[in-house]
Amino acid sequence: MSVLTTEYVASEIRSPASFLASRFFIYAALAFWAFVCLFPIYWTITTSFKTAVDVTQGHLIPFVDFQPDWKGWRSLGLSPDSIFQTSTVREEFLKRFMNSVITSVGASSLAIVIGSLAAYGLTRYRYHFAWFKNEDISFFFLSQLILPPVVLALPFLVLYREVGLLDTRVGLILLYTLMVLPIVIWIMRDQFNSIPVELEEAALVDGLSIWGAFFRIVMPIALPGMVAAFILAMVLCWNEYFFAALLTSTDAKTIPVMVASQTGSQGINWWSMAALATAAIAPLAVIGIALERYLIMGMTAGAVK
Amino acid sequence: MANQTLPTNAWPADAAPYDLISPSRKRLGWALMAAATLGLLAVIALEILYKTEADTVGFETWRPVVYAYVLWGVAIGIGQVLTRGEDGQRALFLLPALLFTIAMVIFPTLFGFYIALTDWNLSSFSGRKFNGLANFWQMLGDPYYRNALFNMVLYVLAVAVEYVIAFGLALLLNAQIRARKFFRVVFLLPLMLSPVAVSWMIGKSLMEYRFGPAATLARHLGWENPAFFSDPIIARIAIMVLDAWTFIPFMMIMLLAGLQAMSREVLEAARVDGANVWQTFWQVTFPLMLPVSVTAVILRIIFKLKLADIIITVTSGGPGGATDSVSSFIYREYRDRSNVGYGTMLAMAYLVIIIVFVTWLLKFANRFVRNVN
Repeated sequence: MSVLTTEYVASEIRSPASFLASRFFIYAALAFWAFVCLFPIYWTITTSFKTAVDVTQGHLIPFVDFQPDWKGWRSLGLSPDSIFQTSTVREEFLKRFMNSVITSVGASSLAIVIGSLAAYGLTRYRYHFAWFKNEDISFFFLSQLILPPVVLALPFLVLYREVGLLDTRVGLILLYTLMVLPIVIWIMRDQFNSIPVELEEAALVDGLSIWGAFFRIVMPIALPGMVAAFILAMVLCWNEYFFAALLTSTDAKTIPVMVASQTGSQGINWWSMAALATAAIAPLAVIGIALERYLIMGMTAGAVK
Repeated sequence: MANQTLPTNAWPADAAPYDLISPSRKRLGWALMAAATLGLLAVIALEILYKTEADTVGFETWRPVVYAYVLWGVAIGIGQVLTRGEDGQRALFLLPALLFTIAMVIFPTLFGFYIALTDWNLSSFSGRKFNGLANFWQMLGDPYYRNALFNMVLYVLAVAVEYVIAFGLALLLNAQIRARKFFRVVFLLPLMLSPVAVSWMIGKSLMEYRFGPAATLARHLGWENPAFFSDPIIARIAIMVLDAWTFIPFMMIMLLAGLQAMSREVLEAARVDGANVWQTFWQVTFPLMLPVSVTAVILRIIFKLKLADIIITVTSGGPGGATDSVSSFIYREYRDRSNVGYGTMLAMAYLVIIIVFVTWLLKFANRFVRNVN
């Protein structure tokens, strides 16, 4: 059978010329899109090494078109010659950076913990709270995905002021947790569904409690899914701008807010903006490249049966 | 963990549900839950009295109420285990997420509906005034809000183009190519980047009128005046392109997963039957991909409905509100005019529209997939 089909496949390709043409087309399209994806990043990174003249004359290739200069990074206090000197800009930047790290890691962790527990419960047990059944509870969680940030932003602004959480990292963490929770539950439900129930039944027979079975048996198996959900949540939290722009002012400002606040000023400092943008996207670009497998796993959870 | 010390059922899986919980333990659980509820209500009542200046004992902010709510949640959890044993332990899985979401969504949304009915400008001294449906009537007559809603329709329609491109890329990645992993990582990269940074990198810098490479390229291609953000229609398209750039990978990855999950036999069978590449795609691949496609497109539309960051940072809704999405419009309504009451009314109206639209979309998609397959 397989011999037969390969023959057909071979006859399908009529001539070497058309085979080559299709190869060429495929690689040309791939190269084109790779260019579309990479060029803005390349442009940003190189611009951070340009001086004003190089920017306005549209020079593109370092060492050929223009001589790289640490100007952009110096203005952030992150160039080799300024890194050991005190720099208020660098302190500001590092503070924002840490805010971003703390809020996104905090929110993702919290979402993973309560989201995994809820997803596990929903896949394994039948609940009924009043007239709500499992499907209704799942739908309640997932429907939060629809909620646009703008609906919650203004009430939260007022509530947070009353509660004293305005411009705090805890406030942001709580909101971000809410934002990524439906996604985490979506991914983890898919994960737990793929784990056979017999494993836990055996564990229960062996004398583990319900929670013991969850922690000792199920969690180690579901760990890749948790990593996937965590990374996806990280990405969303790190890039979040809307809530951060409205709910923070001085203490808890995150990196995206810092980037955005620079753009409004007159006479943009191209090099420092580029350096800032590079620094803002670098962590996620690294994570994305290193943990691409998990990201894809997270995004495709539940999409393909 | 309280449940570790409790007498747990040794044969929980399928043993008969005989009751191991002593009446005194049950009573303890009920007492705990009742005490916690009373405590929470007491703290809320105290705070309301203090805020309305009916009494002098109380807290400066409402934060103690938050702590009280957390403690109440913990007490309810322990109470569940005490009174219901195994069932309570099962409920414990769901309770944290449920209590968290309810506190974070239901309460603010209800509060939002109340704010929407008030005349409340943060920059005026008069404070909050209840004004009934006045905001609603003002909204109906607001041409900028209508324009923003209309823009949302356009932006959502742009998903169709994104879908076609994403499908094409998924097919490319699914073809027999070398360096597949490299291309996949590269294609995925835009999704990682923060929309704000992207706005700057592309919107403000690459598309810069005088010397941005995109503008230079456009000049070379014969467009004499490549101003991307001054003509309303071109500005909208530019925003769509920016948003598409970040989000195409999202659909692409889902579609790629769908393509890879497709069985080879079906495709080979089609070839054996003499179908060419074009026919195979339209009559086999595409119909089989329909469920994944619908999921990807719906998720993408849901994300699209939240579109704001790029517009806020690149055009601030300009020129003349032409590129405004609903979210960015409300954002400016608050930021520039401090108009909390009216802004919230707009947001709540948008929420209702979205819920109706997405519900319809899900129903329609369900029927669509069922009819085709």
